[in-house]
Amino acid sequence: MSAIRIRTERYVEEARRGIADPVLRRALSGLQERFGRGTAEAYRRLPEGPGLRQTAHAIREKAIAHLDILLERLARRIRENGGEVFFAATAEEAVGYCAGIARRLGVKLAVKGKSMVTEEIALNPALAAHGVEVVETDLGEYIIQLAGETPSHIIAPAIHKTRNEIADLFAQHLGIPRTTDPPRLTHAARRALREKFLAADMGISGVNLACAETGHISTVSNEGNIRMATTLPRVHVAFMGMERIVARLDEYEIILRLLCRGASVQDIGTYVSFIGGPRRPGESDGPEEFHLVVVDNGRSRMLADPRFREMLCCIRCAACLNVCPVYGRIGGHAYGFAYSGPVGAVVTPLLTGIRRGRDLCLGETLCGACKDACSMDIDLPRMLLELRAILAEGDPGWGVEPSGGLERQAWKLWEGLVSRPALYERALQAGAVLQRLLPRTPAGWIRRLPPPFSGWTKSRDFPPVAAEPFRRRFAKRRKEADRG
Amino acid sequence: MDTVTLFVPCLMDAFRPEAAEAVVAVFEGLGYAVHCPAEQTCCGQPAFNAGYRNEARTAARRFLRLFGDAEAICCPSGSCVAMVRHHVPALFDGEPDWRALAVRTAARTFEFTEYLVDVLGRDDLGASFPGRVTYHDSCHLLRGLGIREQPRRLLRRVRGLELVEMKNSDCCCGFGGAFSVKYPDISTALVADKVEWIRESGAEAVVGADLGCLLHIEGALRRKGLGVRALHIAQVLAGGR
Repeated sequence: MSAIRIRTERYVEEARRGIADPVLRRALSGLQERFGRGTAEAYRRLPEGPGLRQTAHAIREKAIAHLDILLERLARRIRENGGEVFFAATAEEAVGYCAGIARRLGVKLAVKGKSMVTEEIALNPALAAHGVEVVETDLGEYIIQLAGETPSHIIAPAIHKTRNEIADLFAQHLGIPRTTDPPRLTHAARRALREKFLAADMGISGVNLACAETGHISTVSNEGNIRMATTLPRVHVAFMGMERIVARLDEYEIILRLLCRGASVQDIGTYVSFIGGPRRPGESDGPEEFHLVVVDNGRSRMLADPRFREMLCCIRCAACLNVCPVYGRIGGHAYGFAYSGPVGAVVTPLLTGIRRGRDLCLGETLCGACKDACSMDIDLPRMLLELRAILAEGDPGWGVEPSGGLERQAWKLWEGLVSRPALYERALQAGAVLQRLLPRTPAGWIRRLPPPFSGWTKSRDFPPVAAEPFRRRFAKRRKEADRG
Repeated sequence: MDTVTLFVPCLMDAFRPEAAEAVVAVFEGLGYAVHCPAEQTCCGQPAFNAGYRNEARTAARRFLRLFGDAEAICCPSGSCVAMVRHHVPALFDGEPDWRALAVRTAARTFEFTEYLVDVLGRDDLGASFPGRVTYHDSCHLLRGLGIREQPRRLLRRVRGLELVEMKNSDCCCGFGGAFSVKYPDISTALVADKVEWIRESGAEAVVGADLGCLLHIEGALRRKGLGVRALHIAQVLAGGR
């Protein structure tokens, strides 16, 4: 049984809901103004210059090309240091492994650091079904967990919540007098979470990046919560997408610095932990057991397809969310899965089904802001175009049938017209005549188009086709000039 | 006399022929002969963006046949040039001869403002256009081709023209071709903000170098009843025709 919820089919509907929410718009607009512009500036200020993003891309590509070797080396080092490594082919295997540990150790309470891959595999509900209470310890994640919601941003999961909503939530769940004062709210969360940290038997985290050479993983946070979650409980289970690795420590440092700039316009996160195994004899803290769960869950398919392998370079810094004009209007929930924004538009269909994620592939403007913002210089628009080609032309490897029906016929008609200039011109002429039947403004712009074009005129007038297109005017003029 | 071969975007041909005429006027004013293949229709971009690559290839092949011999191809649209420069060669990955032709053609295809400023080295065209205008950075022009300063330089040299920057001039207007029709709510949310930023700038006209965006923005401006005009930069450089 899987608790994974995929709601990519509801993109249009959920987008409409996001657009209609003025609070969300204000929050996202503030976020994008602060972080979107700030990140571009942070790249410019890099000591190595903004070209470091291209260097990072090459590092990541090389790591992806040698993934098997690097993961093996990482696993060997961690095992040498007394840790366990589990390679999970599916979400079910990953959560099953974690549930097994919890059962063996009698874990009742787990504290968790923010991790998108555990959202992807729906770890929390799966553990809950095994009688384990999982408490999110990142403040934003904690808020939305109390609200029973899902993250709407990869780094700022509760960006859609207002201070008033949080005040209500905390008054209801933490038993404090209602307040909208951020320090008081933060303090209340901190006190509640400290109790959980001390009582928990299991700490769960994601992995921002792993290094094969040294055999360690890193977690980055600004609240210190991940460090507590990974050191206080007796067992630490870390989940990583199988692509989150680089070969060497010098490369690692470059990726980490870009991650922090892309994610939060910081030179480096406040807390960066390097973890390579459980507590060793003589060490004063750390867990008794350390488990690393390396999650495939569809990533091998991306690895096998040269068109989408580049997506595995992504480190989920969320810089693309902070510049995407579409994300900035519709919000993260519209994307119907753990990953939102431009990264979600590409990776979600690849992980959960291209056909059902159709609107994610098509519902973007290809404006390219994401590519410029990407800390790893990933060409997301290129992959959106590839996904669209799969939707149109079909791809048995991805289980997609060629599109059919009216849309295909329309493009065939278009192909016929652009191949025959005389016919093309007659079609324009016909348009110029037929448009007179439509409701128009005094200036001649069209007020209402029939379906399937009616979407345009819901909010915009449509320009009239010129009585005489340019090419005809030009030819006429030339003829007159020749006549002299 | 030097010749410029004009590749006219299909939207401009059909919806705003006067902008294409302005392009011709600009070049003729500079003493260039303008050649414009009469058989041209479309480079294939709409089909390509929709994922219909076979159909796009048909159009691209025609484009290459018609323009392959030209010395310099100039096109008043960033997105069409981005298509020719970046995507058409890739469409022929499996066909070496076509690919070679596509690469050669791409290297000789220039966007209008880029051609004027970077190739011809001209920024003062002697144009005059009284009024306050703001410039919209079209996505494929700005991020696809890296053209940001060229149109601004040209505008700054126009007599009587005051160039004011709007907020977020580089933010997408929400056109996106078929996107504007298929996802009208998202597209509308984007253009609504763009219109607001244009209004805030106090400009009497918004100027751009991609007609798709301009028609979209103008459609929204008109529906709102705002008297701001949307002009292709060639229309301004030709003296406000």
